[in-house]
Amino acid sequence: MITLSDYLILSAIVFCIGLAGIFINRTNIITLLMCVELMLAAVNTNFIAFSYFLGDYTGQIFVFFVLTVAAAEVAIGLGIVTLVYRNKGSINIDVTNSLRG
Amino acid sequence: MTSNFTIELNSLLVALPEIFLISGIVVVLLIDLFLKSKFKQITYHLTHLCLLITGVLSFNLIGNPETVIFSNSFVLDDMGSVFKVFIAGSTMVAMVYSRHYLIEQGLFKGEYFVLILLAVFGMMVMASGSSLLTLYIGLEILSLSLYTLIAIARNRSVSVEAALKYFILGAIASGLLLYGISMVYGISGSINIEEIFAFASGSNLAPRETLILNFGLVFLVIGIAFKLGAVPFHMWVPDVYEGAPTSVTMFLSTVPKIAALAMLVRILIDGLGPMHSYWSDLFIALSLLSIALGSVVAIMQTNIKRMLAYSTISHVGFIMLGFVTGTISGYGSATFYVIVYVLMSLAAFGIVILLNSKGYEADNISDYKGLSKRSPWFALVMLVVMLSMAGVPPFIGFYSKFFILQQVVSAGFLTIAIIAVVFAVISAYYYLQIIKSMYFDDSESEAVIKAPMDMKIVLSINGALILVVGLFPDFWMKLAVSLF
Repeated sequence: MITLSDYLILSAIVFCIGLAGIFINRTNIITLLMCVELMLAAVNTNFIAFSYFLGDYTGQIFVFFVLTVAAAEVAIGLGIVTLVYRNKGSINIDVTNSLRG
Repeated sequence: MTSNFTIELNSLLVALPEIFLISGIVVVLLIDLFLKSKFKQITYHLTHLCLLITGVLSFNLIGNPETVIFSNSFVLDDMGSVFKVFIAGSTMVAMVYSRHYLIEQGLFKGEYFVLILLAVFGMMVMASGSSLLTLYIGLEILSLSLYTLIAIARNRSVSVEAALKYFILGAIASGLLLYGISMVYGISGSINIEEIFAFASGSNLAPRETLILNFGLVFLVIGIAFKLGAVPFHMWVPDVYEGAPTSVTMFLSTVPKIAALAMLVRILIDGLGPMHSYWSDLFIALSLLSIALGSVVAIMQTNIKRMLAYSTISHVGFIMLGFVTGTISGYGSATFYVIVYVLMSLAAFGIVILLNSKGYEADNISDYKGLSKRSPWFALVMLVVMLSMAGVPPFIGFYSKFFILQQVVSAGFLTIAIIAVVFAVISAYYYLQIIKSMYFDDSESEAVIKAPMDMKIVLSINGALILVVGLFPDFWMKLAVSLF
């Protein structure tokens, strides 16, 4: 029997991998988008696990919205990546250094 | 079933401003599609009309009793309506300032206005959201429009880079916020603000439940702090402000702050108000760090947009300080501060845009040398804005800081108030530096400042308001407190 805390631990691990990936990754912008998706997937796991164990459907409906927003976000993210490639000729993170920060 | 139908229809009227705006967006988008490029002015005027009607509709709803519709996920109350009026109004002012700049930079396109309207729609949903789902959706509509707006200058590589940075950090912020929402949902069993409040104020809360609620709360606070740009989650602010086209910088530094404040009130006060003793400690740290870093680092900036970015960070610190008090008058003073900040920031960026001539961005502080000789009137407006931001009486910037500090002191946080004042004095240095170069340095360029009449008039009114509103601040303060 898989308990609620198993799901929560799994999602916490996936969330941390996503978050760490964004900060550690220093090569490719596409990897950043994948890490963002990992974070959202972890949150979705959370919602569904809670929803199942609470016997309440709100969490599952929330997941539909998160999925929709994530799709829109990736569309815009890839659009921006395309612009970066057009302007700089590369999508390495190193090329985005003209603004100090 | 007829009676049910009437009830549904009546409840739709509660969301009339939003419904009107979203239909307006579709109409503007369609009309723009069939307009030839020399008639793009029509899109601009239609956008203004949309915002004006939305503002008037929201204004008419002020004073209605509090109503909750759409399965408790959308609330109509005075605070939301007042915020919506300010959101629509300040967007209109920002658009008047932007028009000339957009034409000169070749950005005067239909998409720009549609995206602005979409961002306004997202902010209005945030101001009215009474469930975590509505608030999240509103926030995402706003953020997605802003990412696109920053990247709208497709061939400027700094803009694209700023958009990328904002996108990545914004996505992290919404991920953290969502994680917090999932935790709060998991422990309280509801995403409705009122039910969360009822759960959190329950007396038989087990220690384990408090712990998990706190765990979610930390993520929510981090998510909100990211969106507001408070230290240590401020890394994106200076870069995005510098990289984005100036008209977009003006929009994103002003109006979304009102919406972020509304979201903060909804989540942390209406929802997790009983947990105030837990989140106020976080807020003390965030606000003091923001005030300190914003005041000190701004001194070293040579780019005016970066300087205004750090000044924003220190203003955000003051706004968050208002929530530390945990009193209604504290929240009221924070609201007053946000409105004042928007007024001042609009005028400051208005001047920055005014100095931008064709193909040349006057982003450096040295470009302000001798402005008093080139344009005495706008140098005076800038003088008023800078003194007000520094907190010199009798301008409103002084009263907004004064009210916050008054509340903080009366809540018993004397040390915090003293630290905030010390850094406010330090920050006066860089505001005065701009005044010095405007009035006492010789100009490097003799170019005459050209601007359309509407912008000159609105900018003058904006500058005058900073002075006039400061003459009777108590009235506005009482109004702000009455919203809570």
